[in-house]
Amino acid sequence: MARAAVQRRLTWLRATVLENRPETARVHRLLLDVPGWPGHLPGQHVDLRLTAEDGYTAQRSYSVASAPEDPRLHLLVERAEGGEVSPYLTDELRPGDQLELRGPIGGYFVWSSAVDRGGGRPEGRRPVQLVAGGVGVAPFLAMLDHHRRTGGATAVRLLYSARTLQDVLARDVLGSWTTITLTRGAPADWRGLTGRIDRRVLEAQTFAPTTRPRVFACGPTSFVETVATTLVDLGHDPSSIRLERFGGSGDRS
Amino acid sequence: MSLISRGFGRREQRRDERLPPGQYDAGDLFPVLSAGPTPRTSLSEWDLTLQGEVDGLRRWTWEEFRDLPREAVSVDIHCVTKWSKFDTRWEGVAVDTLLAGVRTEASYVVAFCDGGYTTNLPLADVTDGRAWVVDTYDGQPLAPEHGGPVRLLVPHLYFWKSAKWLRGFALSRFDEPGFWETFGYHERGDPWLEQRYSGD
Ligand SMILES: Cc1cc2nc3c(=O)[nH]c(=O)nc-3n(C[C@H](O)[C@H](O)[C@H](O)COP(=O)(O)OP(=O)(O)OC[C@H]3O[C@@H](n4cnc5c(N)ncnc54)[C@H](O)[C@@H]3O)c2cc1C
Repeated sequence: MARAAVQRRLTWLRATVLENRPETARVHRLLLDVPGWPGHLPGQHVDLRLTAEDGYTAQRSYSVASAPEDPRLHLLVERAEGGEVSPYLTDELRPGDQLELRGPIGGYFVWSSAVDRGGGRPEGRRPVQLVAGGVGVAPFLAMLDHHRRTGGATAVRLLYSARTLQDVLARDVLGSWTTITLTRGAPADWRGLTGRIDRRVLEAQTFAPTTRPRVFACGPTSFVETVATTLVDLGHDPSSIRLERFGGSGDRS
Repeated sequence: MSLISRGFGRREQRRDERLPPGQYDAGDLFPVLSAGPTPRTSLSEWDLTLQGEVDGLRRWTWEEFRDLPREAVSVDIHCVTKWSKFDTRWEGVAVDTLLAGVRTEASYVVAFCDGGYTTNLPLADVTDGRAWVVDTYDGQPLAPEHGGPVRLLVPHLYFWKSAKWLRGFALSRFDEPGFWETFGYHERGDPWLEQRYSGD
């Protein structure tokens, strides 16, 4: 399905920043107008390229956080203190600025409602389990918003780990599909989960292996590694688990 | 003509000439990237095979593999997700050693792995001392998340070609795209030519 969509040559496009607004203390939402954007599948990412006066360039990847149906491209960028690119994007970039980007990239970590339409047989339809750590929720926002807009019949759940309630991104898109766990303290009246995602939480809050879900996990490297290993321990088929790692903690050799 | 990003400057003063275009130095970090969970294969079930266009299948058990002549290499590695890492130290068996005495008409190989991952390479990119099947990193047994028990090491190409959890090579006269290659990544992946995606 994705193959035809990605076998084109990827050229650098010029995006114009429409808005750069803080979504939480650490994460900004960039709204981009990208003339010539070829469209994307939920889950794909873009490469951004910044160029300094002296010709030095830096490139980084960011997941598209908006549904294909949205005419503007949304990115959610977390400020990595001391980082080269993300603090520039969150703190320097202003509406009207231009950025170079190319994409969409990645045809594996994708899900769209078309996947389950094949043949129209309901028994062929598989539930979709999403597991996000922090800003790793970005590609899932594209999937959820797409799912909502297309009114698909697939059962979808998101298990989302955030530091505090203030760090929860895009509450408008999360909806009733989402279970949130707060890892660094919760308000007194919080009725949801607290603590890190572990075996017990995965067992209780995700589709059981017997329902053969397609599973996607995204977030910091160490988070994704732990989630994937635990899901396999719980009996999920390794070939049904797709991962996207953003880097960050846990990368030290 | 590329677009100047107002107010953007490089972090390092001097650009390291070991860095290919668009890459940055990951320093002590060793990022992990893989599309699925880390596979688990016990060493008693593990083997490495050469198959396809060869004059008879070759197979090594773990003990046989460990008895092959070994080499230590120190190389720079470059990941398509933009990080590079200098002077990484590995030990293992040169692909030349595995191919010694094999008669083949093949010009390409597909490296195949536990977990179903594949990647395609011209035979010329894995011979003549350019590629190894490694089982240690920095003096330690290769950790599962970095591809242990063994991974392919092809340092002159982007690191997705250095397939983790390697189980063998299928030789062929024809070039067939591997896993990431079918998803739009470049057929060859030379970091110095910045061959990231199909058509670059
Ligand atoms: C497929 C993919 C999708 C992604 N999607 C997203 C997304 O949707 N949202 C998102 O926020 N991120 C995403 N990322 C991560 C993103 O690409 C960047 O890695 C991230 O923004 C950090 O980049 P940076 O340039 O700010 O930090 P870098 O400069 O790369 O540094 C990373 C960290 O290392 C430290 N560091 C490294 N070198 C130095 C140095 N010399 N001096 C000081 N500190 C240093 C920094 O403190 C920083 O915290 C994605 C990554 C991938 C691979």
